Amino acid sequence: MQYQEIIHRCFRCGYCKFTSDYTDFNCPTYRKFRFETFSPGGRMWLIRAWLNNEIENSERFQEILFSCATCANCVEHCVFTFRDDLVNIFIAAREELVNNGIIPPSVRDYLKNISISGNAYKQPAEERGKWAQGTAARPYDGQEYLFYIGDVGSYDERGKKIAKAVTNVFVKAGLSFGILADKELCDGNEVKTLGEAGLFQSLAKQNISLFKGLGVQKIITLDPHAMNAFKKFYPQLGGIFEVFHYSELIAQLIHSGALRFNEYSIKVTYHDPCYLGRHNGQYEAPRTILKAIPGLEFIEMDQHGENAFCCGGGGGNFFTDILGGGSEAPNRIRIRQALQTGAEAVAVACPQCAKMLDDGIKAEQLEGKLQVLDVAEIVVSALA
Amino acid sequence: MCKPIGLILDTRQYLHIGLMQKISYLDTRKENIMPTLQFDEKLCETCPTGACLVKCKYIDLDKEQAKAEMIKISRGEDSVVFDACVTCYACEEYCKRGNHPFYLITERREEKGLLTAPRAITRQWINIGEPQGRYKLGKIGKKVLSLGFVPEFLDMVSGKLFEDIMPSFVFGQEFFCNVVYIHFANTSIVKQRLPMIMENFRELGVDEVVCLHDECYGSFSHLAPAYGIEVPFRPIHYFDFLYERLQQLNDQIKPLNIKVAYQRPCSSRLSSNKHNRVKQIMELIGAELVEREYQDENALCCGGIYAMLYGYDFANDVQEKNINDMLKNGAQYCVFNCPACQNTLGEKVAKRGIRPIHIIDLCKMAIGDKPLPED
Amino acid sequence: MKNITHSLAEIVGPEYVSTAAEDRYFYGREPGLMPPHAPDYIVLPKSTDEVQQIVALANRENIPVVPMGAGLSLTGLVIPLKGGIVVDMKRMNRILEVNEIARYALVEGGTSQGALKSYLEKHHPRLRHSIPDAPPTATIAANVSIHGQGRLTQQYGFNSDLVSGLEVVTGAGDICRIGSCAFSGNWFSKGAPLPDLSGLFLGWFGATGIVTKVAVKLYPRKKLRDVEIFVTDRTDLVPEIVYEITHTEMAEDILVFSQPKPMIFKDNHHVSFYITGDTDEELEFKRKMIWHALDRYIKSKDGGFMGIPPIMKPVLLESPQRSASRLADVKKGGGFEYSGPIVMIEKYPECVQKLQDLASKYDLAYSGMVRVIDCGHAAMFAFAFAFNRADKNMIERTRKALEEVSHFVLDIGGLYWKPTVDEQRLAIRNMDPNTWKLMEMIKANLDPQGIMNPGNWEVD
Repeated sequence: MQYQEIIHRCFRCGYCKFTSDYTDFNCPTYRKFRFETFSPGGRMWLIRAWLNNEIENSERFQEILFSCATCANCVEHCVFTFRDDLVNIFIAAREELVNNGIIPPSVRDYLKNISISGNAYKQPAEERGKWAQGTAARPYDGQEYLFYIGDVGSYDERGKKIAKAVTNVFVKAGLSFGILADKELCDGNEVKTLGEAGLFQSLAKQNISLFKGLGVQKIITLDPHAMNAFKKFYPQLGGIFEVFHYSELIAQLIHSGALRFNEYSIKVTYHDPCYLGRHNGQYEAPRTILKAIPGLEFIEMDQHGENAFCCGGGGGNFFTDILGGGSEAPNRIRIRQALQTGAEAVAVACPQCAKMLDDGIKAEQLEGKLQVLDVAEIVVSALA
Repeated sequence: MCKPIGLILDTRQYLHIGLMQKISYLDTRKENIMPTLQFDEKLCETCPTGACLVKCKYIDLDKEQAKAEMIKISRGEDSVVFDACVTCYACEEYCKRGNHPFYLITERREEKGLLTAPRAITRQWINIGEPQGRYKLGKIGKKVLSLGFVPEFLDMVSGKLFEDIMPSFVFGQEFFCNVVYIHFANTSIVKQRLPMIMENFRELGVDEVVCLHDECYGSFSHLAPAYGIEVPFRPIHYFDFLYERLQQLNDQIKPLNIKVAYQRPCSSRLSSNKHNRVKQIMELIGAELVEREYQDENALCCGGIYAMLYGYDFANDVQEKNINDMLKNGAQYCVFNCPACQNTLGEKVAKRGIRPIHIIDLCKMAIGDKPLPED
Repeated sequence: MKNITHSLAEIVGPEYVSTAAEDRYFYGREPGLMPPHAPDYIVLPKSTDEVQQIVALANRENIPVVPMGAGLSLTGLVIPLKGGIVVDMKRMNRILEVNEIARYALVEGGTSQGALKSYLEKHHPRLRHSIPDAPPTATIAANVSIHGQGRLTQQYGFNSDLVSGLEVVTGAGDICRIGSCAFSGNWFSKGAPLPDLSGLFLGWFGATGIVTKVAVKLYPRKKLRDVEIFVTDRTDLVPEIVYEITHTEMAEDILVFSQPKPMIFKDNHHVSFYITGDTDEELEFKRKMIWHALDRYIKSKDGGFMGIPPIMKPVLLESPQRSASRLADVKKGGGFEYSGPIVMIEKYPECVQKLQDLASKYDLAYSGMVRVIDCGHAAMFAFAFAFNRADKNMIERTRKALEEVSHFVLDIGGLYWKPTVDEQRLAIRNMDPNTWKLMEMIKANLDPQGIMNPGNWEVD
């Protein structure tokens, strides 16, 4: 297994579980399950034990490995020099399990759906562009930016709303962009994090070929997960593009004066998506956007920025739900944290976070008291 | 000994608390003629001023007494100077006859076993300066920046000031100028290591070395020649480099309109002809170098060494005098040349309301490479 | 087996009980050198009530019980030597009360050091607790249970001395309040002026009961903090240097260290001390007093204050010091182990010599770290070796070196700190027989069935 030579270096000290100032545990699976085995240190020691044949691949082992939300809190807080590889190690272990063919059914199903339908929803490709109906989005045909939507934004009800909102903002600002609609393929980020390296490569190559064929140079993604794949993994497969998250563009458009706002009086807190924040170092743009809206009162949660608490959707959990629910499910914990700020809305910049937190509000029975709004949706509401 | 191996991107500091494998010190020194100090007793005998010890702040001697003590020192006899000298290096500058009074005092002290510093401090510095094989080499050209082994410089060599010379740089104990040991009455280590350093530079095949540390320049232009150690390159003081570069970037300079005091390091006494560049650079960047009591030949050192060697009061006294002098004359900034001075005095001046800044950073501010402070 | 699992599930809820192989693997070992032994059950209680029910069940079924915090003793104290139920206390992690004027904090049995530190910084910035340099996941209760030491130990004693009250579930299954809390809701004393019962639980590693609540004394937290390092090459002077510093009553933590790498530390002995103050004046005064106290060593060239490189200072000023954990990766092997006996400071030269001899004999990377306790009444001398977990030979050599340390400790009249079971047995064999008789009596009465962390504080 890749990284096998460094696994034994974990000291199981537990720094990986915490925030920077040790206020609270910040590893989503540890918060929920509370067994040490569900912490990064637990995974490291168990992976080593498994590779040394001291334990077997069991349902529990798979649960432990596949529940990891790959939120990178451990990468952020581990005190050792190998911390940058922690999430990679967990993914490498998943790859081993996938190669052996012994994985949880929900993981298998997700991979099968991608394999067969090219998306996670078992929906026909022809339906993929339907979200854009009623918007002024045009097919990509050499515009400055390709606006890449992704599975969630294309097929999920909540995601589609966000895709529409971003589109509306871009159109209002006169941005030159196009979409792929039914030509679009899954970006493969979750396929990779779930350990199906082969399928990922295949998807990536198809996408790269498609983008290159169309002469794409700049890509804006709706979903930070897609941005992550395009930025981190596509280049070594020959896909070198300038990749942006839509929040970067909106912030730029505000700065250049292309967007004007009315007063929009609302108390908002912001949830940093793991794949925008910790994984890709982008914390400022969404905040810039929110703070640019007159009348909007911005409040930070205690655990924000590099210390943001994951919604629990990463690592494939959004589709496989191995992390599961319950009162200590990460999305519910995060909603409770948002509620504590006194905010009326928790802003997100990722369609997966949006859905996870929406579900969290329902589970906490806070409908009417708190709502999830994508940054783009807030912008649309405030647009002059 | 050191092969250019391209830009090492490792920026982890070596000074962390932790364990490493035991490394045995390999003495790879070639057989060399032992360097000898070029001192001429006759120059002292015929000296018209005795300036070295007459001007010395830490001892009170007249011309005849001064000459007499230097002769005693030369002849290996006892002298009141051994007790009084605090290793400020100033007499190397006071002596206009190039006869190296301070180097001589240091030689004799070592011969007599007269320690200046606590043994453990000397030992620590000898260990710190030992080549570790953990040097960094950039893309070495004919002209190279030497960072000594001052980690602070690694971040400083960025921006417009250095864009023409970077990434041609060296960093590491393998390029350490070794001057500091004369504070500790130890010239043996200088004689042992400095030739090796010269070898390292020779192997790199460089023609010019821009010394970012004042000490390095002092070592290569003053100390090495005083010991007959061949320097196989032309040393350039970074003040000269900065001055030239600022002139090239003249149209980008926005005058800073600030009042600054300059902290002159001890090593500057070994390169007194470069000291005047400070005023010229300040003029270029629109900073007024305040006139004060403890400036130029009358400058006070930072006191960092004094603290190690003599304890709290002596160092504190010198530092208070120095900082009061800066304040009295309206300095808003204290400009540093030497990182060691800055580490020693930076916080102290800041507490008294004066902003500490390295001269390179000040120049960066003037050309817009570094933001001005908020207020 | 199934019945017990079911019973435990009834107590804590099914999602907080496990008999899975993975959990039994993990909870049966720890990052030090002690050999593993798997438990049968792992359970995560949320309340004192649940803990009591677990102990009651264990008594009924005669199953061993091992309470644990973060499992960071490194001497195997929570490895369940006879299997049974590992009680992971960390779900009980609330901070229950902070009394600002009386300066104490009341926390649960699984509350972490980090959580308390953070809470105080945010809500009571003029108060601090004695935090050890263990990773912040270490729990307060476990740390006092093993007589840990922290930043305030030089001034005020072992962290266990700073306890001001306990709530425990005894091995017999009774919930007991220890100290002033037995009388009222005030947790300001662990015993005095009445019989001090805290000694029945502190230092027993859970062998007499489980701590479900602990109150710790808090002390003033000043706005400014700085560190100085006095360097000497003479080990024989270290005890008197420490004496002089402690005489000033101006220092916070005093740590003496000696290690061959990095080069800045080679060959010397470093007496580091911390000073605090609310103003520059206060801080500078303390600095001056301590510098003056050591003047004669500077004059005689026997020692001096080193300049601390700017990148080193923030590392030294961290609490807890992350560099302490990084010791584990020195051999790129995720392991370090140390024996940290409590000795009289005058033993420093002997200890350091022994450390160097062992490192040489067994070819090990080492670090000697001493924390001064209680104005110099004692010191913790850590013989620390870093090892590579994947290198069996290195593990064996490290074990042997530490075994020699165990015997050396007795020779110099030291006391084992968080002793391994082997060291516990050595201690039992070497202590006054009547002292051991007393310990046996206490153990027998508080844990009649012998289910509490069995194997510990027992004769073979």
